This record gives sequence, structure tokens and C-alpha cells, in this order.
Amino acid sequence: MVSRPITRAQHWQKTRRLTSLLLILWLLTTFCAAFFARELTGLSVFGWPLSFYLAAQGASLVYLAIIVVYAWRMRRLDQAAAAQEPRA
Amino acid sequence: MKTTRTFFQRLRSYYLLFTGGFVCFLISLAALEQEGMPRVWIGYLFMFATIVLYASIGVLSRTSNVLEYYVAGRRVPAMFNGMATAADWISAASFISLAGGLYLHGFDGLAYIMGWTGGYCLVALLIAPYLRKFSQYTIPDFLAERYGGAANPDGRGGRAVRVLAVIATIIVSFTYVVAQIYAVGLIASRFTGVDFSVGIFLGLASILVCSFLGGMRAITWTQVAQYIIILVAFLIPAIWLSAKHSDNPIPQVAYGKLLPKLSARENVLQNDPKEAEVRAIFRQRAADYQARINTLPASWEAGRIDAQRKLDSIKLRNTSLLEIRSVERALIAYPKSADEALRLWSDARDQNLVRAEPITPHATPYPGDPATSDIKRNNFLALVFCLMLGTAALPHILMRSYTTPSVHETRVSVFWTLFFILLIYLTIPALAVLVKYDIYNALVGIDYQHLPNWVSYWTNVDKLNPLFSIADVNRDGIVQLAEITIDADVLVLATPEIAGLPYVISGLVAAGGLAAALSTADGLLLAISNALSHDVYYKLVDRGASTQKRVTISKLLLLAVAFIAAYAASTKPGDILSLVGAAFSLAGSTLFPALVLGVFWKRANHQGAIAGMVVGFVVCVYYMLHTNPILGGAAAGQWFHIAPISAGIFGVPAGLLAIVGVSLLTRPPDRQTQALVDYIRAPEK
Repeated sequence: MVSRPITRAQHWQKTRRLTSLLLILWLLTTFCAAFFARELTGLSVFGWPLSFYLAAQGASLVYLAIIVVYAWRMRRLDQAAAAQEPRA
Repeated sequence: MKTTRTFFQRLRSYYLLFTGGFVCFLISLAALEQEGMPRVWIGYLFMFATIVLYASIGVLSRTSNVLEYYVAGRRVPAMFNGMATAADWISAASFISLAGGLYLHGFDGLAYIMGWTGGYCLVALLIAPYLRKFSQYTIPDFLAERYGGAANPDGRGGRAVRVLAVIATIIVSFTYVVAQIYAVGLIASRFTGVDFSVGIFLGLASILVCSFLGGMRAITWTQVAQYIIILVAFLIPAIWLSAKHSDNPIPQVAYGKLLPKLSARENVLQNDPKEAEVRAIFRQRAADYQARINTLPASWEAGRIDAQRKLDSIKLRNTSLLEIRSVERALIAYPKSADEALRLWSDARDQNLVRAEPITPHATPYPGDPATSDIKRNNFLALVFCLMLGTAALPHILMRSYTTPSVHETRVSVFWTLFFILLIYLTIPALAVLVKYDIYNALVGIDYQHLPNWVSYWTNVDKLNPLFSIADVNRDGIVQLAEITIDADVLVLATPEIAGLPYVISGLVAAGGLAAALSTADGLLLAISNALSHDVYYKLVDRGASTQKRVTISKLLLLAVAFIAAYAASTKPGDILSLVGAAFSLAGSTLFPALVLGVFWKRANHQGAIAGMVVGFVVCVYYMLHTNPILGGAAAGQWFHIAPISAGIFGVPAGLLAIVGVSLLTRPPDRQTQALVDYIRAPEK
């Protein structure tokens, strides 16, 4: 499915918005997992204390998800922009 | 489209075949071991088989085409590029020492796991796709073109920027490559019994055949093979241990169940009176050293006379030669002067104090009183961010974003990179917990008559700096946890034996460590020699060089750099090795601001980039010199109690501010540069 065509300026604007959104998610994940580690120790997931789980696996899996979302959304954006500009 | 698809399929079948062959090799070695083949032969076979393998991939992919040599022809499919980057990334330190570090430091060691994976978000979002769109050869290429400046309109602009970027690339990569080659020497000498320097040169030979003949193309295909070996070598012992202790063969899932059990065991040991007794002995020893230090130089004089008298009396008493020898050795080892005594005794006091410390709880973040705990938390955060920013600025990793067929493939390739890295990195904390659980339960509490075989093997491996030591300090005949010391480097290498696996798995793990060190060394050497040949020679010295000449020069420089690095490693430079962690702060401070602002801020200009790189570098180096005791600093000089390894936490903002400030004060970049920025931001057609 081809998305609605967008101009080059719109493409860059959307790219920037996506990038900053995902970067904020990245920052929050990292900061919260590390800064509030002591507070999160009491909670537990599948046997792990939550803080340990986040630092050892959770955060890394979030990072992987961020990259997946970025690659997928950017491909859609690229296709939309390509639909606008006919191939030279 | 069709050709890349078939290329991908062909590659896939090659590597499936390779994996099958490797598994057969393992099985046949295991069978040979059953038949009674000596251990040292297994070590030899692993070492030579893998080195021959890497060399033959190198020979098969030899090339002297510029595009192939520098960027593997820009046709590496995303998945394979991801595998190769993962092998590039997983260094000897990740493979060998990281699990040991987690074993020793518990939660606080997880900063490395978070930092070294989170950095890929920055690579994917901020840098890699834009570098691919730019489509040149090296990182200095991008910076020089982007910050070319209006001063030299003939296309030779950006000399200063290029030179700075080359210097940063070389400083960062060189310390790193020396550490890799050192690890090669260490593993080779441990597992085959060859001399340390012979081990280095054996490893060097395989690195050279590979990168010398085929550049990026050869090392890419070798690294994919190396990644497969790393993965198999890391997972087998972890899976085995996991099945043994929790009936669940997936270590990443299983260790959640073990962690509470481990914490319970820690509690028991913490309150065990025998453990307390051993710790008290160490505290007493530390106090004795302190007392001797307090009365220097008289205590030094008295001790020397005492040792001499002991020797004399023992000789008179006509005792065994062995006993005389040991007393003689004690006299020889006695400090030569009061100053030396101060140094040695302070070290000994500190070592004893460390051993008198209570057990670090594995799962508790930032243990200690509130003030210490806050400092630990801040250092954890600072380290995580430094490692992330550094990852996003390491030339040998970024260089790889040039090698895929398209921008989209580059984005997907970063995903595969992190995916393949996570297969290992999610196992590392699991392995640390599994081994700890095993040692706390199977070794602690048994009596000294029944020590397992691996204990005596690993205590004897390195007499000068024991990797593993165990002594019955309180003479009760039973192993206490406080009586054991483990070096971070030994954990992964000894895991197969701790788990009771056959020796062939130990050989496999050694081969994995070797693959990790060699693959990283390959990438780093190429990054250095490309910076020298492409950026310095071709772009700055001889613009008219033919492509043939460029590749030849590159190969010669590679050879030279490799030998210098091997020489540096063969001198066993402890100082360089301890500085490897600093490479991340340095890379982040110097290159990261310029790379990111180059894409996202059009107003950033020539002068700003130079100021940013210099300021970032200077702030970072200043902080390290000021606070790292190895470099002549003092811990008292720390800002906000941040450790020197995280100097980048000051260097990166300083670099960013310098770029922004100086750019705003000087003229905006010319139209050509603006067009370039527009081009790299534009969507791919």
C-alpha cells in the first residue's frame, strides 16, 4: 500500500518529528531505568527484581523496538515522498 | 533487485553450509576427545582450523578494486552487514571480561549492557542513514565535506577538519586495537602453550591475510563467519548451565528464577560466622600493614633485619633445601627501600581491605549508604551515556553504514546489528548469574580435599597475576566464599570446566574469544589504515593518485599499522589496556557533536566544527589527566564524583556548546554546503 504523497519539506519535517519522539523514548527508558533503579527493586517481573530486569534486558529490548519502528516508519515516509516526486 | 536476491540466497546457503561444517567439526573433535586425544591437541586444532578458515575467506575475497576494498562494493545485504557489524562490535572485552565484570560488580556492571546496546539507537536515528546517503568512504570524508568552509572553493576545503577527524580516529582506534591483539596473544598462549608473542604474531598473520588481501570485502565475509563462531561458543556453556540449574535451556529466561535463590544464598553466606571469621582475618592483615606503614622507615629496617636473621637461623638449623629457598625468596622480594615498602604495603593493605568487604548483593542497585549510593547511581548514568555516545562515534562501526546497497538497507542493518549483539548481550548477565549460583553452591562449603580439577588448573595458569586463587585462610578445611578471588577475565574461559563440560567446549570458547578479538581488530585496523591512506594520502597529499596506487598504499599502511600495534601489544602495556574504556569517552566528545550537528543543524559551520572537536577533545583529555591515577591525576579532582572513564559526560556537552557558539559567531556555511545537507536529508528515490 502506498501512503499519501508528501513533499520533500514535509518528509524532513516528519522525519524530524519521528526522530525526536523516538529519542525522547530512548532517553526516558535509559534515565528511568538507571535513576529510579532503587525504587523499582521492590517490584518483580517473572522472578527478576524490576530494576535488574530493565537494566539487563528490558531497556535493550526497548532500544531494539525503537530501531524497528524507525526503520519501518522511515520506509513508509520514503515511499510517500517517492510517490510525490516522479523518478528522474 | 533480482540479482541482490539471488546474492542473498547464495550467501545464506554458504553460511548455512559453513555452520553445518563447523558443527560436524565440533562433533568429530568431541568424538576424538572420547577416544583419548590429548587436550593440547584440541587447543592446537581449534586455533589452527579457525585461523586457516579466516585466512582462506580472505584469500577467496581478495580484491584491489577501490570500491570493493573500502566499502565491500556497497552490496552487503542488511542481515549480513548486521552480523559483520556485530562481530566488529563484540570485542575481546565483551566476550571474555564482561560476564566476569558482572559477576564481580552485580547490578552496577549492567551499565555496560545498557550503554553498549543503547548507543545503536543513536547510530540508527542520527548518523548511519545519513552517512549512507552521503556515500563516500570514511568518517573524516563526511566531516571534511560537510564542514569544508568557503576558504578553499577548489574542493580541497576542510583540510583542518579532516586532519582533526583523522587524529581522533587514530587515537580512538589504536588503543582499542592494541587491546584486541593483546587478547589474541593471551588466548593463544593459554590454550596452546605457545609463547605470548608467538601467539600475537599468529593472530596477526590471520588478521593480515584477511584485511591485507581483501580490505572491507574480505573482513566483512570473515566477520560473518566469526560471528557464527562467537555465537555458538557463547551460547553452548550458558545453555548447559541453565539446563543444569533450572531445567530450562534458555538462559535468558531461566535466570529470573535463579536470581531470588542466589540472593537468598548471599544472605546465608553474609550471616555465616565462618565467612565473618575469614573477613576479620583480612581486616586484621590490613591493619597490620597499616601499622607497619605508620612506623616507616623503622619498620622497614626492622623487617629486613628480621628476614635476614630468619634466613641465617634456618641455615644453621640444617633444614630442607626447599624451606631455605622459600625464606630466601621472601628476602629477595622484600622491599628495597622505605619508599618501595610504602607503595607495596599500601597495595597489600588495600587488597586485604577489599577482601574484607562484605558480599556485594548481586541484584541490588547501588549498594551502600545513601551518599555512596547516590554517587554510584550518578556514575552509572554517566557511564551509560558515555558508552552510548561513544558507540555512536566509533569510526570502525560507522564505517560499516557505507557498505549496504541502500539507505533503507542501512537502517535495517542497524536493526540486525543490535539483534545479533543482543543474542550475546542478553546472555552475558544470565551467564554471570548462572556461574555465580554454581560457585556459591557447588564450590563454597566443600572441604579442601575435594576441590574440583578446574580449580587447580586455573590457579596455576598465571603465577604472577593469579586469575583464580583459593586458600584456606582460617584453616578450617572448608571453602569459604571470602577465601576465593576470581579475575574478571577468567570467568568465561573457565565456564565450560566449571559446568563440567568436555574439554572440546573449552577449546570452542577459546576459539570464540579469539574470533571476537580478531574480528574487532580487523575492523579497527581497516579504520586506521583507511584514515591514513584515503584521508591523508589521497585527499591531502596526492589528489592525482590512480585507484591502483591508492589501494596499494592502503595495503602497505595496513601492514605498517598492524606491526606497530602488534609490537605495542607484545610489550604488555598494562596502562594502555586500562585506557580502552576511555576510548568511548574520547570518541564521543570529539566526533559525536560534529557528526550529529552536521546533519541536523544547517547553521553549523567550518569554524564551529573545528572548535567543537578541539574543545570536546581537550575537555575530555583534561578531565582524564586530572582524575585518573594511572595518568598522574588524583581522584580528589573529580567533578561531582564522576569517574575518569565517564569524562565524555563533560566532553560531549562542551563540544556541542563550542560548535553552536562558534558557528553563531562566524559566517553561516556557503550555499554548496547547504545543498549537501539538503541532499543527505532528502528521501531515497
